[in-house]
Amino acid sequence: MNLRASRIKSRANWMRRRLLAMIVEAGQGHPGGDLSATDIIAALYFDILRFDSAEPAAPGRDRFVMSKGHCTGALYTALAGAGFFPEADLDTYLKPESRLNGHPNRTYLPGVETNTGPLGHGLPVAVGIAVAGQIDRADYRVFVLTGDGELQEGSMWEAAMFAGHRGLGQLTVIVDRNRLQQGAATEDTNALEPLADKWRAFGWDVAEVDGHDPAALLTAFDTACRPRSKPLCIIANTQKGHGVSFMENQAGWHHGVPNAEQYAQAIAELEAEMVA
Amino acid sequence: MSAAAAPTGLFDCRDAYVRTVEQLAADDDRIVAVVNDSVGSSKLGKFRDRFPERLVNVGIAEQNMVGVGAGLANGGKIPFVSGASCFLSARALEQIKADCAYSHANVKLCGISSGVAYGELGATHHSIEDVAWLRAIDRLTVIVPADPWQTAEAIKAAAAHDGPVYIRISRMPVPELARTDATFRIGQAERLRAGTDIAIVANGTLVHHAVSAAQRLEADGISAQVINMATVSPIDTAMLAQAAATGAIVTAEEGLAHGGLGGAVAEYCATHSPVPMRMLGFPGFLPTGSTQWLMDRFGLNADGIFAAAHDLLKVKAR
Ligand SMILES: Cc1ncc(C[n+]2csc(CCOP(=O)(O)OP(=O)(O)O)c2C)c(N)n1
Ligand SMILES: [Mg+2]
Repeated sequence: MNLRASRIKSRANWMRRRLLAMIVEAGQGHPGGDLSATDIIAALYFDILRFDSAEPAAPGRDRFVMSKGHCTGALYTALAGAGFFPEADLDTYLKPESRLNGHPNRTYLPGVETNTGPLGHGLPVAVGIAVAGQIDRADYRVFVLTGDGELQEGSMWEAAMFAGHRGLGQLTVIVDRNRLQQGAATEDTNALEPLADKWRAFGWDVAEVDGHDPAALLTAFDTACRPRSKPLCIIANTQKGHGVSFMENQAGWHHGVPNAEQYAQAIAELEAEMVA
Repeated sequence: MSAAAAPTGLFDCRDAYVRTVEQLAADDDRIVAVVNDSVGSSKLGKFRDRFPERLVNVGIAEQNMVGVGAGLANGGKIPFVSGASCFLSARALEQIKADCAYSHANVKLCGISSGVAYGELGATHHSIEDVAWLRAIDRLTVIVPADPWQTAEAIKAAAAHDGPVYIRISRMPVPELARTDATFRIGQAERLRAGTDIAIVANGTLVHHAVSAAQRLEADGISAQVINMATVSPIDTAMLAQAAATGAIVTAEEGLAHGGLGGAVAEYCATHSPVPMRMLGFPGFLPTGSTQWLMDRFGLNADGIFAAAHDLLKVKAR
């Protein structure tokens, strides 16, 4: 593994252990979707995105929009790791008056671009950010991470159609394609396939990638950063609960809290991964 | 998030809701349920197993869910559209207005885990604006039941009612209220306690706190009447006239302090019989905190109602 990829791997491993600790401490959380998104978010925050955490509102910053806002374990560990706020704040997750709400809030947490939680909001906002950049001929890039179940929301396709129409080349959507939504598989609920064809039909370029392979993610994101005339959709094939054997591909871990024994096992598995 | 099991003597009203919908469905094959990936959070797993064809899961798509509900009603069904009340009311507001209310579609909108049931998940997931928004819509019945019995009665009444109804289904543990007259009618409030010094008008999860507050006021020599105003729209004006006759009204609800039940009561009183009021509810977007922490922090409990009543009686005395 190259140096960039191995750095992402170790940051993602830290995020996984840290977010599980937060969930256990808080007594609730969304570990399934946190763990499927961790590698994607790690690659963005610890390699790809250009930002200054000391100046989180700098106009020229690259933007990351967390459309699947329920996965704050992954987002907050990345923001803390990237220096937007002290790592110790992670211990306040979900506690009374904490800045670390169950869903991200830009009015009191630096690094958050827009408040999400209701699915189907992040992409339209990201499209607006990209249109502003287009008008200003700014060179910042806009990345947005969506759930796959989230793509059942009509607002996502209204935004996708408009982004295609405007040729928003600085916009990249990453679909966390873990194939599960809250209660069941996406394909058993309201099927998304053929997903790549849908995005293409809406005027997007499409790439598919293993969403848990840091090197592959970095390659895809590097491509995303080159000049483009169309928006790009990266379908990241992932597993809900990735990295913790008993959570992997289990809809039941969409939300939930590991008990003491499960937590110990999860941490042991993640530690073993770093030694391996 | 799944709620913890209710302590003994306390109930999650979703159980009464699904029990009743299942009974109705067994007797009437027009009854269908419509959900947005919310089978679990609506506790409709058993319904799905019993009536697989009559559970329509549109996926994560609330606008579509309500539109589909209106279409099902057009096709002769009686749809119980069932999703987290925050998304059902906010995301699908225009579908509720145009497809259900304005079109007079026979849709039953069940807002699950209303109020601040989602605690730490924050303002996006709190459904504290729903009553204010929805009572502004003409020809939409809005019901906020207080306990399991009333939830079941409201569901039965909604099924029998011709027209759109929004019913808030709370998962916050509440006791079964003591009542002498167990009849439920849409638009008819129930007086749980007589009293002459002040009236407490509450609904939903605040009703049992209102009863406790009235008991404590009695110990202070204050005669407080308690009204359970389950139907917010259309509101029971005859009952409000009697409440206003005490000369002081405290309202209490698990929702915004403005625009909801308190707002409805204030509108009536201001135009018919002005009385000093206190309106208890939440001020707006809330800080991070659990359901219980939020209720206590904003005085939505017996202590808060008790204190507001005392405070208001000072104004009344002037
Ligand atoms: C508008 C809206 N409807 C419903 C929900 C409840 N909800 C939270 S997460 C979730 C499932 C999301 O599935 P997916 O987008 O695939 O996310 P992931 O698998 O990455 O967790 C649902 C239905 C919500 N947050 N917003
Ligand atoms: Mg998913």
